[in-house]
Amino acid sequence: MSLSVERPAPGEPEQVSAIGGSTRFVPGQSHDRITVVNGKVQLGQRLKDLWINRDLLMLLIRTELKVKYKDSVLGYAWSMLNPAMVLAIYYVVFKIIARNHQPNFAVWLFAGLIAWNLFNGSAMGSTGVVVGKAGIVKKVAFPRELLALSVVGVNLVLFGIQVVVLTLALLLFGISPDFTFVAILPLALVALLVFTGALSVFLSAVNVYLRDTQHLTEVALMAWFWFTSIVYTYGQIFLSGHNKQHPALNWIQYAYLLNPMTPIVMTFQRAIYGRTQYAFLNPGATKPTVYHVLPTWGVGTYAAMMGAVLLLGIVLFLLALIVFGRLEGNFAEEL
Amino acid sequence: MGVAIEIKDISKQFRLYSEKHTSLKERVIHGGKMPFTPFWALRDVTVDINQGETFGILGRNGCGKSTLLKCVAGILKPTTGEIRVRGSLAAMLELGAGFQPDLSGRDNIFLNGSLLGLSHADIEKRFDDIVAFAELEDFIDNQVKFYSSGMYVRLGFAVAVNVEPDVLLVDEVLAVGDAAFQRKCLDHVKKFQREGRTIVVVSHGADTIRQNCERAMVMNHGQVITVDEPGEAIRVYLADLLGVGTLAGSESGGIEGNVLMINSVQAEHGGSGARPHMYPRESLTITADVDSLAAVHNAMARIVIHDDKNEVVFASDPDDPACEIDIPEGGGIVRFSFPEVPLLDGTYSVSVGVRSATETAIYDWKDQVTQFEVANPGRATGRVLLPLDVSFRLRSSGHTGEVPMVGADFGPLAGWEEPAT
Repeated sequence: MSLSVERPAPGEPEQVSAIGGSTRFVPGQSHDRITVVNGKVQLGQRLKDLWINRDLLMLLIRTELKVKYKDSVLGYAWSMLNPAMVLAIYYVVFKIIARNHQPNFAVWLFAGLIAWNLFNGSAMGSTGVVVGKAGIVKKVAFPRELLALSVVGVNLVLFGIQVVVLTLALLLFGISPDFTFVAILPLALVALLVFTGALSVFLSAVNVYLRDTQHLTEVALMAWFWFTSIVYTYGQIFLSGHNKQHPALNWIQYAYLLNPMTPIVMTFQRAIYGRTQYAFLNPGATKPTVYHVLPTWGVGTYAAMMGAVLLLGIVLFLLALIVFGRLEGNFAEEL
Repeated sequence: MGVAIEIKDISKQFRLYSEKHTSLKERVIHGGKMPFTPFWALRDVTVDINQGETFGILGRNGCGKSTLLKCVAGILKPTTGEIRVRGSLAAMLELGAGFQPDLSGRDNIFLNGSLLGLSHADIEKRFDDIVAFAELEDFIDNQVKFYSSGMYVRLGFAVAVNVEPDVLLVDEVLAVGDAAFQRKCLDHVKKFQREGRTIVVVSHGADTIRQNCERAMVMNHGQVITVDEPGEAIRVYLADLLGVGTLAGSESGGIEGNVLMINSVQAEHGGSGARPHMYPRESLTITADVDSLAAVHNAMARIVIHDDKNEVVFASDPDDPACEIDIPEGGGIVRFSFPEVPLLDGTYSVSVGVRSATETAIYDWKDQVTQFEVANPGRATGRVLLPLDVSFRLRSSGHTGEVPMVGADFGPLAGWEEPAT
């Protein structure tokens, strides 16, 4: 589906505002703008349409949030209960049952989980969103990527709530994050959003044609979660004594970092958890052992990683828009 | 006046899958290929719709008119071809599309308005108008799921018309709400027309097109049959619908313009003259005053009678030799005589047409030009007063005659007693 807007006569003020096939009526302005519908996918136009329709995106997010917790007694508290439960379970299992000796383990978990929840919730939610909103998709013309992006938006709001709770918890227990690294968290969040958005847009379109995507996504995300150092630490695999000796490990380490979620989660952990190692006096030992949880890289390295993820995310996002554009043309008949 | 919508060589192929494989397993089993039959919903549709024009698209179900509208709206992507729309566009394909039942009317106005392309500020500006138009002042903060279907549709329409686009696409949604609301909607359409906005209406109701449109296009099997002024277009459409000739892609050119024209059509019943209505089984004569520029030989006259529910009660055989007439230059009166009309109570409308017997050309077709009314003094009900005889005889004890047969004549059968009088 492609809609391109031609400039009217040169010199005339151009008024661009295409909403799918529908354009905004702006009273008193030039009505000579031409919208073209044909079989081609024009990336620039798609991006422009997304930007023009940001009002609609905001409204879709608001609507989704309103509908989600409408008529439920606890309302937005539900958005906290799920992550809180996950946090509690992991804490009990790993800290109490598995006797993990990492201090402030809950903070470590929470730091990784907020980033993961944003990613996970968006990917899961957006997979079914076009199919779920078939009524609108079949009858109204608008950039349908907005549906997937609105799911990301909703999860961003939930992320915000979790950040507030996390901040309160840090203040309450007097745990200080590493503010040098907190400074690059916005970059990490943008990288996370762009990457998540790319995947969400892609999945939402593919699921229209291949409904297995939904189930496949669930399974893949579960594997992905354990493949990312959230519950365990990066240091446990690559930085602890005996593992460090292995020559192949360097390469595996780089390969491991190719998963874009790993550097993102690590940046969140580095900033919020605030340290890269801790010392623990093992029972029977005379000297405390030093455990590494994260690499001791400087803030520049982390920022560079985030830059790389952001770059990758942008490329993926553009690719996702192209795929979406190709598939979108027949949504109305496939649904 | 420029061109508002330029539709150039639009074709749209749908794939009809005998079995739809949307699961991965099935895709893998079939090697990613699914057997499908290509179906062309639109084929090389080319038409220019002018600015400020109200343009109708007529066609029976499945002729591709809605698909075309969806392509213009940008909801479907055409397989080939290109559409250029000048100015802003809004499509009303379904009223209240995207309404969230859980949200209030207020929230839904904002959501629906945004989907139709209004900015938040625009909607705020028009909010009161929309609410007033929908007559929902008292319910605007109630959840839409508690609305009646009429309220729902009114709200949808109110939002859609307040979008005020340069080009409005309407898909048979004008017939909503009660009579008063319908009038309001039509007034709004008239206002749009006065303001010089372009309106495209898709319908299979000839009346909608006749009353509102300046030009109309008839479609069949995804192809354009004709683009003409509404009267002509409706004639082609009805002729196609009623089977007068095969018009789809007909090479003889369809309508033979102005050679022969039906001026007026009158219905007269055979009962005593003063009565406006006729009784069942009385005779009926339809006379059509016909002008002809040239002598027309082998013309076929056709008559169709609709009941008040617009259903065909009777349509004459288009190839009946009894309907063949010769019309001399200058014309004359064509008489359709029904010696007996066994219809019961109702108002029936009459459509009359003349076409050539040899070709497929239609000379003229007057759709529902006159009507007649039947009032039944008796107590039989239904549509038709069937000829009926009831008789009685004893069981055939002692009767040794032949088994009575229903013969060609309906006289009393052998062995049957005449009913006692």
